[in-house]
Amino acid sequence: MSSHTGKHESWGSRLGVIMAVAGSAVGLGNFLRFPGQAAQYGGGAFMLAYAISFLIIGLPIGWAEWTMGRAMGQRGLHSAPGMFAHVTRVSWGKYLGIMGIIIPVVIYMYYVGIESWCLGYAVNFLRGGLHLGTAADSGAYFSSFVGMGEDGGAMRFSPDSMLPWLLVVFVVNFFFIYRGITKGIETVCNWGMPALVILAGIVLVRVLTLGTPDPAQPDNNVSNGLGYMWNPAKVVVERLDGGTWKTERQVVGDPMIARAKSEIAGDATRRVREISVLEQLMRPQVWLAAAGQIFFSLSVGFGVILCYASYLKARDDVVLSGLSASSANEFCEVGLGGLITLPAGVAFLGLAGVAGQGTFGLGFNVLPLVFNKMPAGWLFGAFFFFMLFLAAVTSSLSMLQPGIAFLEEALGVGRKASVAILGAITAFGTGFIAWFSKDLKALDTLDFWIGTFLIFVLATVQIIVFGWVWGTDRGFREMQHGAAVRVPGIFRIIIKFVCPVFLLFVFVMWVVVNVFGINLAGGAAEVSSYVKDLFVKPDKIAWLSVSFVVVFAIFLALLIARARVYRHSEFNRE
Amino acid sequence: MTTGGIVIMILSVGTVTTLFGWCIWKVLTTPSETEKVHGPGLQHTPDMDNKE
Repeated sequence: MSSHTGKHESWGSRLGVIMAVAGSAVGLGNFLRFPGQAAQYGGGAFMLAYAISFLIIGLPIGWAEWTMGRAMGQRGLHSAPGMFAHVTRVSWGKYLGIMGIIIPVVIYMYYVGIESWCLGYAVNFLRGGLHLGTAADSGAYFSSFVGMGEDGGAMRFSPDSMLPWLLVVFVVNFFFIYRGITKGIETVCNWGMPALVILAGIVLVRVLTLGTPDPAQPDNNVSNGLGYMWNPAKVVVERLDGGTWKTERQVVGDPMIARAKSEIAGDATRRVREISVLEQLMRPQVWLAAAGQIFFSLSVGFGVILCYASYLKARDDVVLSGLSASSANEFCEVGLGGLITLPAGVAFLGLAGVAGQGTFGLGFNVLPLVFNKMPAGWLFGAFFFFMLFLAAVTSSLSMLQPGIAFLEEALGVGRKASVAILGAITAFGTGFIAWFSKDLKALDTLDFWIGTFLIFVLATVQIIVFGWVWGTDRGFREMQHGAAVRVPGIFRIIIKFVCPVFLLFVFVMWVVVNVFGINLAGGAAEVSSYVKDLFVKPDKIAWLSVSFVVVFAIFLALLIARARVYRHSEFNRE
Repeated sequence: MTTGGIVIMILSVGTVTTLFGWCIWKVLTTPSETEKVHGPGLQHTPDMDNKE
């Protein structure tokens, strides 16, 4: 079988594909999720667990995806159903590939909305239209912008509402995806990624030179922000509650620690305690958080790398390319995200202003306030949010390509038709999520079940297929073919044994904590709100969201079943 | 920020920056394997057989 689609697209340059894969991986999580996770789970201890997770999960799964993708691309297969059918050699194998289409396409449907928030905030900062004096102002603006108050609340043609920005970014995405691999994706990433790094560099210099912006509040400074993020041992104030010590707050810097000690002097129910690196590493939550961050940050398990790598040529390197794309992601995450977000937040709002904030809270409630308080904040705010927009657009483009490739293969149509069909499907899905905006319920439900749960499943399937079905001997031979650098032999053992076991452990722990709500630190178990929304106290929007995905999966299964290209006999004809 | 924090930060940021820099340098200085395969090589032409 030489080619199923007839027309064979390919990347224009090796740097282009690396930029595209790096662009796919670098997203909001690098600048907003990573700093929060690292600070919460102990700076130095988290980084140790993070580095180990990078070596035994991130790199091996990435290399496996690059290798399988390139090998399948040589057989004219560019989407997961065909790839899984070919590798597994069983008739039901092609249906495993449904996950490789559903994950990127459904994530695109809500990610493009988040992308529109970034563009909207960037332009509004540049227009001087964001005057947020307090945390309540910032929260209210964000809530109104995305329509959290009521369903359809963001459907207003106003610069202070997501709708116009959503239309712009939706069209931009489809314009570039229609232009194809080289003229569309590669061009955007070749320009977008360096621009992103330059903008982040400018914001970084501004943040690191902030010092202590308000001398009346000496604890609010960049050094404490960096300490909050990177200090290996954490100092916390704890309170005795029902016989167990519970963390009240974290303190950073000698003056703050001294004040905390004098504040609790004589109070037997409170204490100041230092938590060592070793103690933090003994907590399973630290490993779970570090592995989860590596896993989601590198975009492994999305089906995107499989698709992108399928457009490589037979002897194009995959080892150095995979390492380069991963290192670009790590540079943006650790080297830029780790130095910008929390130091800026702490310098203006103090530890209390940033502690415990999630990705959206940090990005769209805390940071707009920070830029409002910063000299020339309108400009740096615009730079920062435009940088997030660039990070998002290079990711969202990558989420469309697997769907395009699948439609071209399954229906035997050209790019114009596949872009039109996918455009209609994603427009419906995006509209659904944007309309049901109350408490971001639709977005949150899909992000949990598709953007987290299903990704774990697909990554586990991929690494088992690579290590056990394809076999590490064949997989390694294929990987080393045309490689610019050699993969150390230890990775054979890692791919075959360590990675699947560690991944399954992390997945099981994730299900235990996030689905069954078991508290690893002790305390009562409470089933997750996502499970409650479906089975305990059914929520209409949560059910509609999941039903939409199920219908989409059935539609994909029907297309796969009737597509001649995925029939088992086709693969045996080779 | 403690001394330990400074060390962790420099080690972490330094490692990822060095790795990223090395990868970019390696990618830009290593000729593409595709080019090697399809690059101009010594062609066997009939006149070679007639050389004494």
